[in-house]
Amino acid sequence: MSLLSIQNLKLSIHGTPILKGVSLDVAQGEIVAITGESGSGKSLTAFSVMQLLPRGTGTTGSIQLDGTELLNASDAAMCDLRGNDIGMVFQEPMTALNPLMTIGDQVMETILLHTSATRDEARIKAEETLTRVGLSPEKFKLSRFPHELSGGQRQRVVIAMAIALRPRLLIADEPTTALDVTTQAQILDLLKDLVQDFGMGLLMITHDLAVVSDMADRIVVMRHGDVVETGETSTLFSNMQHDYTRALFAASSHEVDLPDNTRPDDALLVVKDAVRDYPKPRTQLFAPREYTRAVNGISFTLKKGERIGLVGESGCGKSTLTRAILGLEPLQGGSITAFGEEVAPDMPAALRAGLQVVFQDPYGSFNPRHKVARIVTEPFHLLPDPPKGKDRQNRISEALIAVGLRPSDADKYIHAFSGGQRQRIAIARALIIRPELIIFDEAVSALDVSIRAQILDLIAALTQSHDLSYLFISHDLSVVRTITDRVLVMKDGQIVEDGPTEHVFSHPKHPYTASLIAAAPTLPDVKGPINVPT
Amino acid sequence: MKSRNLIIGGLLTAIFLTEALISFVWTPFDVTQMNISSKLKTPNGTNWLGTDHFGRDIFSMIMVGARTSIAVALVAVSIGMFIGVPLGLAAAARQGSLLDEVIMRGNDLVFAFPSLVIAILITAVFGPGAVNAIIAIGIFNIPVFARLTRGAALPLWQREFIMAARVAGKGSSRISLEHILPNVTNLLIVQGTIQFSLGILAEAGLSYVGLGAQPPLPSWGRMLADAQTMVSFAPHLALIPGGAIILTVLGLNLMGDGLRDLLDPRIRVDRT
Repeated sequence: MSLLSIQNLKLSIHGTPILKGVSLDVAQGEIVAITGESGSGKSLTAFSVMQLLPRGTGTTGSIQLDGTELLNASDAAMCDLRGNDIGMVFQEPMTALNPLMTIGDQVMETILLHTSATRDEARIKAEETLTRVGLSPEKFKLSRFPHELSGGQRQRVVIAMAIALRPRLLIADEPTTALDVTTQAQILDLLKDLVQDFGMGLLMITHDLAVVSDMADRIVVMRHGDVVETGETSTLFSNMQHDYTRALFAASSHEVDLPDNTRPDDALLVVKDAVRDYPKPRTQLFAPREYTRAVNGISFTLKKGERIGLVGESGCGKSTLTRAILGLEPLQGGSITAFGEEVAPDMPAALRAGLQVVFQDPYGSFNPRHKVARIVTEPFHLLPDPPKGKDRQNRISEALIAVGLRPSDADKYIHAFSGGQRQRIAIARALIIRPELIIFDEAVSALDVSIRAQILDLIAALTQSHDLSYLFISHDLSVVRTITDRVLVMKDGQIVEDGPTEHVFSHPKHPYTASLIAAAPTLPDVKGPINVPT
Repeated sequence: MKSRNLIIGGLLTAIFLTEALISFVWTPFDVTQMNISSKLKTPNGTNWLGTDHFGRDIFSMIMVGARTSIAVALVAVSIGMFIGVPLGLAAAARQGSLLDEVIMRGNDLVFAFPSLVIAILITAVFGPGAVNAIIAIGIFNIPVFARLTRGAALPLWQREFIMAARVAGKGSSRISLEHILPNVTNLLIVQGTIQFSLGILAEAGLSYVGLGAQPPLPSWGRMLADAQTMVSFAPHLALIPGGAIILTVLGLNLMGDGLRDLLDPRIRVDRT
């Protein structure tokens, strides 16, 4: 008999059906992964188990934990179960912890709430649990606060809170999405270990097929509130039944058809010994300011027609470097020249017009109060004589068509578009003044795999039609591998490796590059061609 | 019924606003005309809300008083907005700079003084009167709006659409006007209604101590002050202007509350 059994779960919010009959089982000591793109209902399925649903939600069907019906259980009964029998690990370790409570208190809270342990007993138990997740009290005192820990360490605290009472079922909602690859690998190992040790069931929600294939015993693929396919990991990957699973798999390992770079000649962008310091907050009122060196003597050259990738983990200084290249912040040493002229915050508009950028967040990079036409024409501000009237209309239409949108979209507000469409609009905004160099700052990181594949194809196509050179900044190695010719690996403000992309990936020289590549979860090789329905 | 506050608040505000507007063209009686023979009348058919100790019609005085209160509060809030909002925008645009420090520490300085006491000082130095009351109340509205604007603008400056505008070569003043200001307007409108009600209270307070609008121009605050000695035998003299102040302030606060619910989608809760 399985530990968790969900039968024909239907869920609607204000009458809109979200889940349309989901059934799945989790056995003791088993890792089951629910995967699917955003809007597939995977998170709501998990939250239904916890009965933590938004107001106005109606559910039918059955969710049983060891034979106890959870659906429509009383709130008091659920409070007993949550934390005690079911633990939960959240996606964002930065917000899942109370910033005003020490890590010890947060782990103890669960224990004190559900058992009759005294504070001292609870403290001992919390110490044990934190040691188990790799934060031994010798190095990480219980009196530490969350802001004193890194993202990975915080996620360990969140896991400690979830497993403190050895729940029978652990639910992990995208537990590693917010983490760097090397940290992700460690957290996944820890979770796998805990499941084995405690014999608990793990229901894991993730959009990342590569993570799934490494971790899960069984996989549930969801789409639009339906389970489209479910099976043992090994058999499911080698024998995909459903078209959608195949499409998802193909999109995850999508490789673009990048046209050859024909003219690597003149240097477009030359970064020479660039140094960028940030002032730290003053510790005393009149103490001299101390500085953090975010970018420490970086040099590279981007030639016309080159497509360079810049990879590194969070905090390595890649965003700081981006802002310096865009001329938004001044350098403290070295120089950056684009098209032969010095880049600086007060650089002339004509120089700025040659450098454009596409940001990561498809929701945050537009003013919600402006229409698309106004958004994409913003860079016209850089032209001495911006196009007007019909000419302006034509330019807008041209840019929108180039990114696969319709000219009529110009009159809509931004909220009418999906994440992928918004990213197309962001590219249109960068393209409209025909820059020579575009910087893609994590431009596909927030997108679902199938949308990401489309945007990557679009970028590859644009390199051909628009003669683009670009700097592609990303933490995602598989994306960088397919979309660039050359790659720079950055660590602690310095470039540790620089070379042709394929070569760096197949023969990394620097140990850091090697560890990055080793830590990145990979998709299993699937024999035979994958037929992607079109 | 999600905007019940808005409806009630708007209704109350509208009543006093129309009252004030009508008073420009018509009042039941002339407010400057005394009629000692019919003094201290309780509400009746001729004098709807009764008469005061000089026999003036209280209903007419409330109407004209509304005009004074609303005019003083409106101009004072406008002064606060027109000076405070640009200061706040400038401070946010240059966060951490000397300009930011100067603006914000200046605000702290103004905030550090008890506002009504300083208002009394100003009117005492420059002489009592509606204009000086406006200036005094207006000055204390500046830091409220400056702080609010800066606080709301700071997180916006970290957003990527602001970065995109900077990449498009727009300067900080232009970004402040085109991108920041429209995104903080909701907040300013809500704070405006609250400051408006505080302005009415402040004007009433100043008039009460005789430093607001000067006789013969009626004012709610002075009507209260005049009624003070007669509360025991003519309580309606105090109750009516007092009630007018309470209802107007309540109306404006409810309206501010309702507007906030309406304009801020983040706290728009479903009450079904």
